[in-house]
Amino acid sequence: MTHRREALLALLFALAVLAAAFAVPWLRFVLTLALAKGIAALGVMLLLRAGQVSFGHAMFVAFAAYAVAFLAGQVGEALLLLPLAILLAALLGLVIGLFVARYREIFFGMLNLALSMVFYSLLEKFYSITHGTDGMRVPAVTWAGMATERVGGEWAVLVAALVLAIGFALLARLYLASPLGEALQGIKTREARLEFMGLPPRRVLLVAYVLSAAMAGTAGALIALTTRHVTPLMGYWTASGELVFIVILGGAGGVLGPFLGAIAYELVRVYAAASVADAWQLILGAVLLAVILFARGGLFSLLRGRRA
Amino acid sequence: MKPILQAQGLRLAFGGVKAADGIDLDVGEGEFLAIIGPNGAGKTTFINMCTGWLKPQSGRILWRGEDIAGLPPRRITQRGIARSFQLPQLFTEHTVLRNLALAIAAREGAFSLLRPLLRPGWTKEAMEILRGFGLESLADTRADALNEGSRKLADIAMAVALKPRLLLMDEPTSGVAASEKLGIVETLARVLRETGVSAVFVEHDMEVVSRFADRVAVWSQGRIVANGPPEAVLADPEVRREVIGIEDAHAAP
Ligand SMILES: Nc1ncnc2c1ncn2[C@@H]1O[C@H](COP(=O)(O)OP(=O)(O)O)[C@@H](O)[C@H]1O
Ligand SMILES: [Mg+2]
Repeated sequence: MTHRREALLALLFALAVLAAAFAVPWLRFVLTLALAKGIAALGVMLLLRAGQVSFGHAMFVAFAAYAVAFLAGQVGEALLLLPLAILLAALLGLVIGLFVARYREIFFGMLNLALSMVFYSLLEKFYSITHGTDGMRVPAVTWAGMATERVGGEWAVLVAALVLAIGFALLARLYLASPLGEALQGIKTREARLEFMGLPPRRVLLVAYVLSAAMAGTAGALIALTTRHVTPLMGYWTASGELVFIVILGGAGGVLGPFLGAIAYELVRVYAAASVADAWQLILGAVLLAVILFARGGLFSLLRGRRA
Repeated sequence: MKPILQAQGLRLAFGGVKAADGIDLDVGEGEFLAIIGPNGAGKTTFINMCTGWLKPQSGRILWRGEDIAGLPPRRITQRGIARSFQLPQLFTEHTVLRNLALAIAAREGAFSLLRPLLRPGWTKEAMEILRGFGLESLADTRADALNEGSRKLADIAMAVALKPRLLLMDEPTSGVAASEKLGIVETLARVLRETGVSAVFVEHDMEVVSRFADRVAVWSQGRIVANGPPEAVLADPEVRREVIGIEDAHAAP
């Protein structure tokens, strides 16, 4: 897809999100969640470029969400909390990435899963600090110094999510076209050649890992600010699986894919849950099956569809 | 000729197979050294040891006086030794141009996250190298869609793009059409001579060997059994019979 066409599509997409949020007030919350998950899924997509699937990235989502919950009391300003939580998630990504970037394929996927399960149980077990499965309330915060009432607060998080989504999509697009981003795909196809070119594959993957952790952290911080309540479930392995699901659904061929996947996922979930109770897993499962069988490139490839 | 690379007493066995059984070999500055020998003689193993893929069980590999045996491949590449492969090692989902540009990027160590791989300077350089190999029309072809000969050439082009001081090539002309072989080796040799790059190449085509090698080393069962100027080595009846597989009518048993 040309730059122009992709930019136009992104713009239409952003306008559609704003229009829907304006027309249907209760969608504001759903769309904020979708954008947040889209950002996290974008990070998972970066690793997928290197052929690596993480089944543990919800750990970074939960980590940043709890960081917001803990810090909101002292740092009551969202525009400080967000970058702080993102930075902390990136740092955790660096520490964990130094370890997991040595592993590939099933070992990479399972190590991420294992670490996220350890983190989940820490959140659950240390009741005196984290309030266990009850989770923690996130105190009210200001946006650019302004105290916001309910509707204003909803709009503030939605706009922040939209701005961050666009920002990370642009960053990911530039990154994937840069030498380090292009080298990611080289890890998938011919890792040894990277070594023989003098380029350490682990470092190539580590950069992607830190970026993906920062993106998952962004999602966690946004979700904490919009739900105002964080629980260990945010880091449960099913939440990690959800991110992988979203990437496959939306498509890993372009940076818009994860966002299309996230919006489709959240809308199907909400509408299906409202109309046919307990049927949404069935519907999502069927959709995923259809994508894998008929549209490997996900929703993004359907949009790209007719080639010019 | 001043040696740039000196292998001393390299030994490596796989189980009972002695793939390197005391290899001593010097490569001179700017020299073209051909390695010939039957399959399984240990030619690839020698290249693998020189480039850090395999660690010799004993012996030294001196690069300008420093022992590089056992260093990881990327450290050896960074010192100025590049290689191509018997089986081409390309980034199959990238275009030929991007394969080359990645090699240039790796050489330059320029890893800004925001500047594109296909920046004008690198694209231009990559296209120039591709032209030398007659691959410019395939620049936008995905590497996994190339035929065997083009894959081989792209693989060597990537090693050349690293601008090494020593280039090790494992059977560079196998898989390349006979009609194109000499032309390509000629171009390659010209580029390497112009920049004073030393080259070691494993070769089965004796015409290529006699025309382009300054010296020939003959491998057999992990040892070097003959080493000298091509005219002398290729005329040796023992070498002709054992290695090249030519039975001279008048040779004594
Ligand atoms: N990684 C390896 N593991 C086990 N045996 C090997 C390995 N690499 C090479 N060999 C054996 O070492 C011998 C030399 O192989 P090689 O260097 O590939 O020979 P050549 O390149 O001269 O054909 C062969 O007998 C081969 O089977
Ligand atoms: Mg070989």
